[in-house]
Amino acid sequence: MLRTRVTALLCRATVRSSTNYVSLARTRSFHSQSILLKTAATDITSTQYSRIFNPDLKNIDRPLDTFARRHLGPSPSDVKKMLKTMGYSDLNAFIEELVPPNILKRRPLKLEAPSKGFCEQEMLQHLEKIANKNHYKVKNFIGKGYYGTILPPVIQRNLLESPEWYTSYTPYQPEISQGRLEALLNFQTVVSDLTGLPVANASLLDEGTAAGEAMLLSFNISRKKKLKYVIDKKLHQQTKSVLHTRAKPFNIEIIEVDCSDIKKAVDVLKNPDVSGCLVQYPATDGSILPPDSMKQLSDALHSHKSLLSVASDLMALTLLKPPAHYGADIVLGSSQRFGVPMGYGGPHAAFFAVIDKLNRKIPGRIVGISKDRLGKTALRLALQTREQHIKRDKATSNICTAQALLANVASSYCVYHGPKGLQNISRRIFSLTSILANAIENDSCPHELINKTWFDTLTIKLGNGISSEQLLDKALKEFNINLFAVDTTTISLALDETTTKADVENLLKVFDIENSSQFLSEDYSNSFPREFQRTDEILRNEVFHMHHSETAMLRYLHRLQSRDLSLANSMIPLGSCTMKLNSTVEMMPITWPQFSNIHPFQPSNQVQGYKELITSLEKDLCSITGFDGISLQPNSGAQGEYTGLRVIRSYLESKGENHRNVCLIPVSAHGTNPASAAMAGLKVVPVNCLQDGSLDLVDLKNKAEQHSKELAAVMITYPSTYGLFEPGIQHAIDIVHSFGGQVYLDGANMNAQVGLTSPGDLGADVCHLNLHKTFSIPHGGGGPAGAPICVKSHLIPHLPKHDVVDMITGIGGSKSIDSVSSAPYGNALVLPISYAYIKMMGNEGLPFSSVIAMLNSNYMMTRLKDHYKILFVNEMSTLKHCAHEFIVDLREYKAKGVEAIDVAKRLQDYGFHAPTLAFPVPGTLMIEPTESENLEELDRFCDAMISIKEEINALVAGQPKGQILKNAPHSLEDLITSSNWDTRGYTREEAAYPLPFLRYNKFWPTVARLDDTYGDMNLICTCPSVEEIANETE
Amino acid sequence: TSQHEWIAVHQDKTAFVGITKYATDALGDATYVELPEVGTEIAQGESLGSIESVKSASEIYQPADGTVEEINTNLEENPGVVNEDPMGDGWLVKMKLGEGVNVEQVEGLMSLEQYEKTLVHDD
Repeated sequence: MLRTRVTALLCRATVRSSTNYVSLARTRSFHSQSILLKTAATDITSTQYSRIFNPDLKNIDRPLDTFARRHLGPSPSDVKKMLKTMGYSDLNAFIEELVPPNILKRRPLKLEAPSKGFCEQEMLQHLEKIANKNHYKVKNFIGKGYYGTILPPVIQRNLLESPEWYTSYTPYQPEISQGRLEALLNFQTVVSDLTGLPVANASLLDEGTAAGEAMLLSFNISRKKKLKYVIDKKLHQQTKSVLHTRAKPFNIEIIEVDCSDIKKAVDVLKNPDVSGCLVQYPATDGSILPPDSMKQLSDALHSHKSLLSVASDLMALTLLKPPAHYGADIVLGSSQRFGVPMGYGGPHAAFFAVIDKLNRKIPGRIVGISKDRLGKTALRLALQTREQHIKRDKATSNICTAQALLANVASSYCVYHGPKGLQNISRRIFSLTSILANAIENDSCPHELINKTWFDTLTIKLGNGISSEQLLDKALKEFNINLFAVDTTTISLALDETTTKADVENLLKVFDIENSSQFLSEDYSNSFPREFQRTDEILRNEVFHMHHSETAMLRYLHRLQSRDLSLANSMIPLGSCTMKLNSTVEMMPITWPQFSNIHPFQPSNQVQGYKELITSLEKDLCSITGFDGISLQPNSGAQGEYTGLRVIRSYLESKGENHRNVCLIPVSAHGTNPASAAMAGLKVVPVNCLQDGSLDLVDLKNKAEQHSKELAAVMITYPSTYGLFEPGIQHAIDIVHSFGGQVYLDGANMNAQVGLTSPGDLGADVCHLNLHKTFSIPHGGGGPAGAPICVKSHLIPHLPKHDVVDMITGIGGSKSIDSVSSAPYGNALVLPISYAYIKMMGNEGLPFSSVIAMLNSNYMMTRLKDHYKILFVNEMSTLKHCAHEFIVDLREYKAKGVEAIDVAKRLQDYGFHAPTLAFPVPGTLMIEPTESENLEELDRFCDAMISIKEEINALVAGQPKGQILKNAPHSLEDLITSSNWDTRGYTREEAAYPLPFLRYNKFWPTVARLDDTYGDMNLICTCPSVEEIANETE
Repeated sequence: TSQHEWIAVHQDKTAFVGITKYATDALGDATYVELPEVGTEIAQGESLGSIESVKSASEIYQPADGTVEEINTNLEENPGVVNEDPMGDGWLVKMKLGEGVNVEQVEGLMSLEQYEKTLVHDD
């Protein structure tokens, strides 16, 4: 049977391509047995690579704009050369030597795509067809945290659609990231100014998770002793759901109160077991709590040192009194309506601001102002010791990647509009809402307005015996308008920046209001109630007053972008980050209105395009990972880990094994692993690694045995964080299973596995995928991410549901955990990117992403190993190869005065972003080239590293020239204005042009090396104020 | 302690707690010292606060049951003192030991000689 099928396959191949006939036939005659077996498995031979890479002109069915050859860097002839340097002649033989035989499964992928993948234009047509199935022209007045907004075209084209912005990495190398650090500082300034709180972070994942962070921060401040948390009844439903998810592992009791009954609310808050309270301002029904009530809430909490958190809306806050005015300690919310499309729920940047006293407790990344080596003001990420990569299971939050790109869109929206422009938008929204509100309150209207105060949202009790369903139906059918049904006889609506006069006219008709012209002629733009109105001037900083013409804005965005190194400049070889191509075709659909103008709570029959796309993507990702079910809800890697662990706990609980609460984690794990485990209420027990980098299976067994009664799970990264294919992985999985634990495989390194092996094939129960690593979603300078979890069938019933809408792909049931994100499918808008990537690579092409990623890294390792010590893959080890990344060990030079950071900074002078520094081993650099870099680029990077080695030698030998490493990077300013060039021991030319290619292709770091200590001791995380600038110039 | 905290007890059961020179050398320049509020009761082994440098953050654990009487407020402005004089001006908290706590008998506490011996082993 097998033989016949295989022969048939072979025949087809030979018929299609006569050029392949010779090579195939020859191989077949030499190894007829082995070829039969291999053809049944995924074909990763060099011959197949050529076939995928080179167009087949005889086949006129297939256009020439194939994608795989654009995604994969090295040409077949380069591959041959590279293999030769390592002593191989075929890719298949190389992979068989690299991946242990018990791991290398080569199970053929079953993707819903042509086997060779869609060509680029085919892909765009296919996506357009799907996209058009979404009802994107309907006017959404659903609100509930998601609002229509106008993304200024100058920002759309020059930021959101610009690879210089979206392909950059989290700004951990500040000298080559000053542009987006400035944009993020603007974001923090906006948030700090509008909320009235001094310390803001550079974004969180969404409003729901931000609320979760506020609750846990309050809980931690109470030293985990106050086990009650109070929430206002009038919070968005999806926020409540996420809070319940986050509260459960810590046994926090959530108490819902109605803050409009202020006396009762205050009584509850006075209980000393309450760690804090979260209210929404304006509330989900549109009402605004009176100043006096807000003050009473905060006083009640502060009387026993607990915290008041406020979920708010930045647009409303341009007019509203800032929550800090009433004593709020934390203010959070979403910045979506500052220019970021709804995108079926995300990605959007949440904001989070705190009082000074909490500045060491605030979750997420903070941009701070420091100075560089020359004393010049420069920006950097501050107070990193708060974060999971330092604190691990002691961290109070597991957040890592956030929503930098979207925070930058929001901050640029503010820069472009300025304070006046923003307030005009707010006033218009308020005015139109007031027209509608007054009309509804008028006697002629049969309906009743429930909220007596408002900014943009109205909640309406329907009269005349009309049901919500009837009214929604009428609005949709007659006016193409979506409203939100609160219950069977109550609806709500929210107006926004995009609302027109015609829209309001239509809404008046929906509510059977006659004489609409009488109401429409009223102007309420200056009638915002005085008791709520803020009296201070907002956004006084210069930057919000200078760039209001499109020319000025274009130049500002361009200036910022040109300070940052992105994939548009050179390779970013960050280990464990997989900075591969984010292709243009993949990126194009995300600003199509068909995908971007979709509200997450639109009825399912209006989002059939998303349904088709997500269903197919789910199937493909299951095929790739070897799993049975998937949840696309988690919106970051750390969030995926958390979701996976919560799903595991929910499963154990359903089996009556709630007592299992120990999570084994190797010491080499990424910091988010222990942090996520702690957030999921698990006790972390570390497992050792051996000298050669592999997991200590004896220690694993001992720990599993020792904790057999409480063992819940193990979290393992595969290939390991050291970039190694450990042959013992299946044994490790068996050990944990035998003691009743579940196995979580961290998918950070999935880019080495696709089509070759998979977490499911290895026997794991759950894995998360970093769509922003393996599946081409760009890093956006620190987010957005996408991190689905894939699970075996027994865990499917526990995947997260959503409280407001049904999951359109049929996930969720009575055993489901509550939501982990605000939106049902997390960062849905970026899913077309992964979809297009997978479908354009196809069954045959996709495995080569992993194959070439490993070829590239092993080629680089081979070139560098004569110059640097390579960790774990060396003469001491039995391993001959690394996987898709490898570690350069620089620790031996530390005693001589050279540290890994010096090499990282010096690479900037060569025009490169440093590899991953100090993770997973301090004092080392981890290099991951990805499959998208071509041979010339790999060589350019290797040449730079080899040239730096000579500089290390000079420093070690005590030559003055070696100081070039310590002074790196060299900014233009240093070269032009420093007066000590006679005494440096090296020339300007050696500093800036150490290799010839730099004369033609040079990227200049804008500042010299940052002073980290100064920045952390003197935290400043907002733009300098007008006064500060004035003082400086004096 | 094995976690590099030191405790010095006076006759009246007030005690000073800090971290050892070995620990501050390992941490690098302190940028921030987080201390508990006066009046907090902290059991042995619970977190007392933390010390942060640019690259690391370390929890400080309570060496013996007690109530915080005073904290070294000087460290808020000058965290570097922890590095300069960890066993003197760089003390962290002054506390009243709990009823019935006898430092000589608290498990996990070592004399200076014993501690220094463990350091030799660590190296």
